[in-house]
Amino acid sequence: MSEFMAEVVGKYNYWLYVVLMMIGFYAMIGKRNLVKKLLGMNIFQTAIILFYVSTGVKRGAGIPIVDKYAALKHGVDAATVVNPLPHVLMLTAIVVSVSVTGVALAVLLRIYREYGTLEEDEILEKIGR
Amino acid sequence: MTTSNLHLYVLAAPLLTAFFVNLLGRKSRSWIAPLALGSLAFSTVGSVLVLLRVLTHGAYSYTVGNWNPPFGIELLVDHLSALMLLLISAVALIATVSALKSAEREHPGREHLFFTLYLILIAGLYGLVLTADAFNLYVLLEITSITSYGLIAMGKERAPLASFNYIIMGSIGACFYLLGVGYLYILTGSLNMADIAILLQGLYGTAALATAFAFVLVGLGVKMAFFPLHGWLPNAYSLAPTGAGTMIAPLMTKVTVYLMIRVILTVFTPDYAFFHSPLVQSGIVWVAAGSILCASALALGQRDLRRMLTYILIAEVGYMVGGVWLANANGLTGAILHIVNDSLMTLCLFLAVAAISYRMGGTGFDRLQGIYRKMPVTMAAFTVGAFSMIGVPPTAGFFSKWYLILGGIDAGHWGFVAALVISSLVNAVLFFRIIEIGFFFAPGDAHGHGHEAHHEEIKEAPLQMLQPLIFTAIALIVVGLSSGPLVDKVIRLAIPGSF
Amino acid sequence: MAYASSIWPLAAIGISLLGTIPIMLSGRSPNLRESWTLLIAIGKFLLVASMLPAVLDGASYNFVIAEVFPGVPIALRVDAMGMLFALVASFLWIWTSVYSIGYMRALEEHGQTRYYASFALAISATIGVAFSANLFTLYLFYEVLSLSTYPLVAHEQNAEARYSGRKYLTYILGTSIGLALPAMLITYSLAGTLDFQVGGVLTGSGASPQLLALLLIMFLFGFAKAGLMPFHGWLPAAMVAPTPVSSFLHGVAVVKVGVFSILRVIFHIFGPNLLLEINLGAIITTIASVTLLVASLVALTQDSLKRRLAYSTIGQLSYMILGAGMLSAAGMTGGILHIAMHAFGKITLFFCAGAIYVAAGKKYISQMDGLGRRMPLTYMAFLLGSLSIIGMPPLGGFISKWNLVIGAVNSDQLILLLVLLVSSLLNAAYFLPIVYRGFFAKAAEETTESGIKEAPLFCLIPLGVTACGSLALFFYPDIFLRLAQLALFP
Repeated sequence: MSEFMAEVVGKYNYWLYVVLMMIGFYAMIGKRNLVKKLLGMNIFQTAIILFYVSTGVKRGAGIPIVDKYAALKHGVDAATVVNPLPHVLMLTAIVVSVSVTGVALAVLLRIYREYGTLEEDEILEKIGR
Repeated sequence: MTTSNLHLYVLAAPLLTAFFVNLLGRKSRSWIAPLALGSLAFSTVGSVLVLLRVLTHGAYSYTVGNWNPPFGIELLVDHLSALMLLLISAVALIATVSALKSAEREHPGREHLFFTLYLILIAGLYGLVLTADAFNLYVLLEITSITSYGLIAMGKERAPLASFNYIIMGSIGACFYLLGVGYLYILTGSLNMADIAILLQGLYGTAALATAFAFVLVGLGVKMAFFPLHGWLPNAYSLAPTGAGTMIAPLMTKVTVYLMIRVILTVFTPDYAFFHSPLVQSGIVWVAAGSILCASALALGQRDLRRMLTYILIAEVGYMVGGVWLANANGLTGAILHIVNDSLMTLCLFLAVAAISYRMGGTGFDRLQGIYRKMPVTMAAFTVGAFSMIGVPPTAGFFSKWYLILGGIDAGHWGFVAALVISSLVNAVLFFRIIEIGFFFAPGDAHGHGHEAHHEEIKEAPLQMLQPLIFTAIALIVVGLSSGPLVDKVIRLAIPGSF
Repeated sequence: MAYASSIWPLAAIGISLLGTIPIMLSGRSPNLRESWTLLIAIGKFLLVASMLPAVLDGASYNFVIAEVFPGVPIALRVDAMGMLFALVASFLWIWTSVYSIGYMRALEEHGQTRYYASFALAISATIGVAFSANLFTLYLFYEVLSLSTYPLVAHEQNAEARYSGRKYLTYILGTSIGLALPAMLITYSLAGTLDFQVGGVLTGSGASPQLLALLLIMFLFGFAKAGLMPFHGWLPAAMVAPTPVSSFLHGVAVVKVGVFSILRVIFHIFGPNLLLEINLGAIITTIASVTLLVASLVALTQDSLKRRLAYSTIGQLSYMILGAGMLSAAGMTGGILHIAMHAFGKITLFFCAGAIYVAAGKKYISQMDGLGRRMPLTYMAFLLGSLSIIGMPPLGGFISKWNLVIGAVNSDQLILLLVLLVSSLLNAAYFLPIVYRGFFAKAAEETTESGIKEAPLFCLIPLGVTACGSLALFFYPDIFLRLAQLALFP
């Protein structure tokens, strides 16, 4: 039991990301308002970004910004700095996320102009399904 | 420009041209066609040279910015990616000829915006088939997806809503893939595909790897519209602008199938993917067989030609996924050959639909009556495409079906064989229904609408749309008859020797 | 055995394939278009006949069109069996074209360019089947034939034509994709090749007798153009087509393609020895006998002349398959020979049916009383054709039926002897009354039908030629007999 608790509590950040992902997923699928769906998508993507970033963390490590000359002379001890690669990857992912959000918002503007509402059920009514 | 960089120039051409199309196209429409066609023609020639180079010297890779893998991004040009490069170039070039005409009608004054997105999408597709880095794949996947979201949203009426649904579902897929790559990174610390495969050697039994694999497959499955993850495709592709649909439909799902093949062969290796868990392997073939049958059944219920084609597209994805997961040489050959053949047949059919749409204003069954008399050349080419979908020799579609069925027999997977045969028969029903409507009824029998936006006199499609169509129809037969050399010289070399 | 890689087989097929282009282009000038058709037909016959001497000597012509699959190219080979079929088909096409001209012009039919172009394509596919070197090439031309004959069957473009066209495709395409294609692929995966070889390719493949039996049944029903029951329904439905289509395609080309395909599978994929070993001949003869008898019985009930001829065709096709299934030398020879004999006889009958329609407008037998007195030449030809089908001397059909009887006796299958005798009686019962009533019965509306005279010349000449052909084949069957024997015992 205590092992199980250690598992859960020790990895609390991952459980948080799972919860965030589920919230985002639910919002994407379950909500009727298109903007809320979009926000759900953002939450989902953010959870994944957080997941990646947290994979780089090391116990007792510092920010990966070091003195250039010191590094050139002595090298860098990997255990003292957090892994910067996931951060870099996630910068790209954030850019992607922002672009998709931008396009989605533009599309939503068009939908609003066309149907006058952003509620999915009302739109479907207007289409006449 | 040396031949070792040629693939980069192939990728760069449409990418750079996109910006020029935007800037110059604003000033005057007449810049767009030569720029777009010129860049794609250049890319086609480049792809041919790349393929020839691979055939004579073997596969090679290119490191971007001279950062060596596994730290830098690597581009891999082997037989499979060279073949895909040529396929994308050829299909995009042919589709663009027709798209220019459609865009003139559907987006007057905004063609420069349309073709900017269009060309960036093609550049993204090139990148997808060249990359050998898992994360880079995600980026390029999103590039192609975002541009396609934009292109689809440019359609009329319900298109923005269809695009929004596609955005939501597509992002779920991409995020799942990203999650899978994250797991792989945690497990191996590397993002280079070949490097990951080496580092995964000892980890085959772990739950983390299985989870990574599952996430990656589901993510790609959403993007390729593998039933039951297909919900976004019918609306998105049938409501998209005609020009966009002509290029996206033959390419996007097939490139995603290629991605699945690449991931299985290079990252997870067939040993793990196929042979570690035979239950999963045959299970996926059963799901593929089910997807073929369900998509074919859904296609039967459609009353609009373009929508019907999108459901057939979903069934074709089932063919390819099933073929890959049969895990034998014939199945994999069939799947890769089907990527080529299906792109061509889908291109042919969508070009015909574009021509019909241009003249008739739509493709509902009621508008197709007596169309054989009014648009004989278009419908002749459509018939060739239809025969290819049904699987009648000597059109291309038959030859990939041969390998797929043979692969199913080799693997003893009679369910998949039955699904392929039944789907051919259903395709026959679907297309002969159209042929009947077009052949038997006098034109305009139920033409009671009278609200045609164009009040067009219904005659044969314009030459600019007819030429690519005729070319593709002939290509279907030529490619069919050349499937011997195609398989022998190119595809067999793309399959790992252990099969 | 001299093998020569030669372009002649390709030329024989290609001449009408390429010929569709000038036919389609000369749509505006009917005389030019018809001349093209006749020119191509005569050219094709000459090309086929030019290969005859070498084939009679035991040689064959080979040509590979494209290597498409490992071990399975699209390839042509002219051997004895293919030569027999191709000779019959190309010769009769000349006369069908002449007949078409007369028929279509007399009735002022629409869509004639499409008609002639589809016909040219269909005959290419037929010769393609005859000259196929392996099962895949045969399948390819088989499918091309199905699709190119669809516009011909649906020619009238009315509701009935649509329905019949649908039935035609459902039966033919459904069975070829659903049964023949998987069977072919299973054969390939068992034998590693699909080439037609004397003695078959499946011996030593290690397949169980049950699998081989299943495979045989899939082939028998997969090639539904042979009309084995229960997949025969398309043939009566296809009678809505114009009569030249019915006579040539469904008397000679399409149906014989079905039978030819099945015979190729029996002789050159399975091989008679293998079938004898696992006793599969019985399956073939049973299915064929049932079809034979049922079709002959149903023919008795049909009042529409063309439908009666259709059911008669279904029965006669089963004769050929029955002969092959006997697996005795004479039986198999008779089966192959009947391809030629039946073709000449049946096409005569169909030509007469069309002539009656053109000249008198009548389709139903009950209306044809006394017509023989007004159209004596047509009815004489009909008599000759019927006698050939029934199997009476001095008509060609006697020779093939005689071989079948000998074959049944030789293989100790006396029940088949009974089947043959009963069916001959039935054949007589459904054909002879037509002739009798035509000549001797009193016409219902004798006085009003004063305008009925003989059919137009373009229709009369072909039916005369084919009727005389049936007669001539009794006296000079040597070429066909030799070809049939060469096919079985090279």
